[in-house]
Amino acid sequence: MTTLTIEAREVRRRERLETIEKSLDRRHAKERRFRRMGLAAVTTGMVLVVILFSSILMRGLPAFWQATFYLDIHFDPEVVQVEARPVQEAGERAADFRDRDLAWQSQVGLVNWQQLIDDALEAELGEEIEARQTRDLRALVTSGERRALRDRFIDDPSLLGETKRLKLLASANVDVWIKGNIDRDLPDAQQQLSAQTREWADALHERGVIRNAFSTALFLNPDSRSSLASAGLAGAFMGSLFMMLIVIVLSVPIGVASAVYLEEFAPKNRLTDLIEININNLAAVPSIVFGLLGAAIFIGYLRLPLSAPLVGGLVLTLMTLPTIIIATRASLRSIPPSIRQAALGIGASRIQTVFHHVLPLALPGILTGSILGVAQALGETAPLLLIGMNAFVSNVPGSPLDQATALPVQIYLWQGNELRNFFEARTSAAIIVLLALMLSLNALAIWLRKKFETRW
Amino acid sequence: MSFSKSTLGITVAASLAVGFSTSAMARETIQIAGSSTVLPFASIVAEEFGGSFPQFNTPVVGSGGSGGGLRQFCQGVGENTIDIANASRAIRSGEVENCKANGVEEVLEVMFGYDGIVFASRADRDSFALTPRHLFAAAAAEVPVDGEMVENPYTRWSDIDSDLPDQEIVLVIPASNHGTREVFEERVIHPGCDTYDEVQQLDDDARGEFCNALRGDGRIIEIAGDYTETLARLDAQADAVGVFGLSFYDQNRDRLQVATVDGVTPSLDTIGSGEYPVSRPLFFYVKGEHLDVIPGLAEYTEFFLNEMISGYGSPLEDAGLIPMDDDERASALEQFQARTVATGE
Repeated sequence: MTTLTIEAREVRRRERLETIEKSLDRRHAKERRFRRMGLAAVTTGMVLVVILFSSILMRGLPAFWQATFYLDIHFDPEVVQVEARPVQEAGERAADFRDRDLAWQSQVGLVNWQQLIDDALEAELGEEIEARQTRDLRALVTSGERRALRDRFIDDPSLLGETKRLKLLASANVDVWIKGNIDRDLPDAQQQLSAQTREWADALHERGVIRNAFSTALFLNPDSRSSLASAGLAGAFMGSLFMMLIVIVLSVPIGVASAVYLEEFAPKNRLTDLIEININNLAAVPSIVFGLLGAAIFIGYLRLPLSAPLVGGLVLTLMTLPTIIIATRASLRSIPPSIRQAALGIGASRIQTVFHHVLPLALPGILTGSILGVAQALGETAPLLLIGMNAFVSNVPGSPLDQATALPVQIYLWQGNELRNFFEARTSAAIIVLLALMLSLNALAIWLRKKFETRW
Repeated sequence: MSFSKSTLGITVAASLAVGFSTSAMARETIQIAGSSTVLPFASIVAEEFGGSFPQFNTPVVGSGGSGGGLRQFCQGVGENTIDIANASRAIRSGEVENCKANGVEEVLEVMFGYDGIVFASRADRDSFALTPRHLFAAAAAEVPVDGEMVENPYTRWSDIDSDLPDQEIVLVIPASNHGTREVFEERVIHPGCDTYDEVQQLDDDARGEFCNALRGDGRIIEIAGDYTETLARLDAQADAVGVFGLSFYDQNRDRLQVATVDGVTPSLDTIGSGEYPVSRPLFFYVKGEHLDVIPGLAEYTEFFLNEMISGYGSPLEDAGLIPMDDDERASALEQFQARTVATGE
């Protein structure tokens, strides 16, 4: 009887083992499949990111170096015929002095600065340049450099009669030619530079007069269209900086305050539910809608200036607010209730509980959310197009009220420039600069989170 | 509770204060917007202007197309409206009326040169020798065949004329927000349409309607952006023929080859002499009401018309503008200085 039962049990046990083993194989296979799929997804993502980054880096990195002339410029008194810079006399009104100084600057502006560059090039080439070749010669150095010479002289009039070794940017087309961004075997009719200019450029390149030097112009100059080679990102960078300052100053306090109120103080009723739903919906509103809103309210109704970082900053603030509110609320919610109960239990008021205990613990989350929101605003283009921030601005803005562009808009503008051979690389370089800024902001967010993170 | 409220109050008050204080401040920088064809020229002038006049700020030049620029221009008088609208076509009478309705009475027209419109295809493809008739046949919704209007049957250029390359018909043209589109229709499509006897027999209304109808089967691609977008189309569709400004083609000669129209190759010379048929004058419109308010506005206009800036051998000619002759230049300047108000076309 008992043996039978034992045998029966044994049989049943074996059967059970078999079923388990069979199903175990199936379950393991399932897990392996899932792992493989996950791995494949990650690999695809990584490969795409690597392709994206390497294509941008490959195109953009060469643009950080630019064909540059190393020339001995002689500030020839024969050419530079100007009086000494006026000095403010005793008893002279500031306005009068300013007028005299402006008159002097205009006079300096009328000097044929191009002649100095022409002379230096002629000396370097060691041949007589005929009048008909002037155009070919002037195609070598970018046209903005004569103004740079003028500005250098205005800053330091003692240069008169001196010879100074200066770095002058080659024109965009010479840069394209030297770097081989245009097919060098194309016939004359399809080349941008004349045969003579190309020959000179090659000769000067060989002798080290033209070198590929690190381009400070890309970082220090504002945008330019009359002198393409000197186009830089300084104006757009300052525009973006002003906008980000406005975004931080406005959206972080407003966002954090709203989140704290909604999470810690507000009664839970229909109204707060409605507000909550609306905030979540606002976070999903396409950014271009904020641009339309900004154009209608800030420019149309409040009559704020066009193309100003102030308006851009306000529009981006509207866009960033929901992100910051949601991030802050999530981070407040993740603080264990025991902290609040403990504080209340030893007699702290609600406001003391929030500001002495909850907020400091929620800080890493709030900071991360805010920085990511600001980084997102930094990369935003669409709303800015609607408030006139896609204009060509060749000044570096000095305040949030001056007209400006922003970094992502500058990328868009360069992408549309006619001289594709030069600006394809320049655009990628601008993308690299913007990406670097974004990555450093994100790195800052991660660092702050790690630094202030509390575990319990 | 009080903390969050007061912070909110302070920030809102601060932002409003910033807002109102700025609206009271005078704008010192000329603000320009409009045609993307004129944009490169206007930008160069703006930069040179800022460089030559230390007492004025460098004007700011935006885009938006001729129509978009004029719409912005006609929004009214005041510091948050633009001072100058660039246009690659003359202002329309409807736009002048719209301006008047918003208080812009003094619309001063300044013509400053010419631009050619060219048809270009990829440099690695066959070259084209086009006529307006070819282009109409390629673009129209219906074409006359043996006295009857039939749906456009042509799919390859060689179907239209056996001398044309045996290539798919794909024509990339500017969308109607561009002034270039109007010139394309007036100087190419309409003359091409009129070469058909069947069209000549139609009355004016029917003819206009017939000639303006472009095919909708995907062989005409309209580009609302700028010429780089057209160029990108040509990169993607090797057979496409694109409409470009002469200056754009000029700076991308390594990638593009230009088609002759009526046997004439477009160049500064042939367009300047009027031999090449598809050219148009370029304009900008100055808001007279702003002349005494925004510093440098009159100086900018006169500087633009200076021969050193927009004449032969000037930076604008280098950038692809076809300069006006001396008489035209003098009359444009005179018209501006006399503050002659534009009436529109």
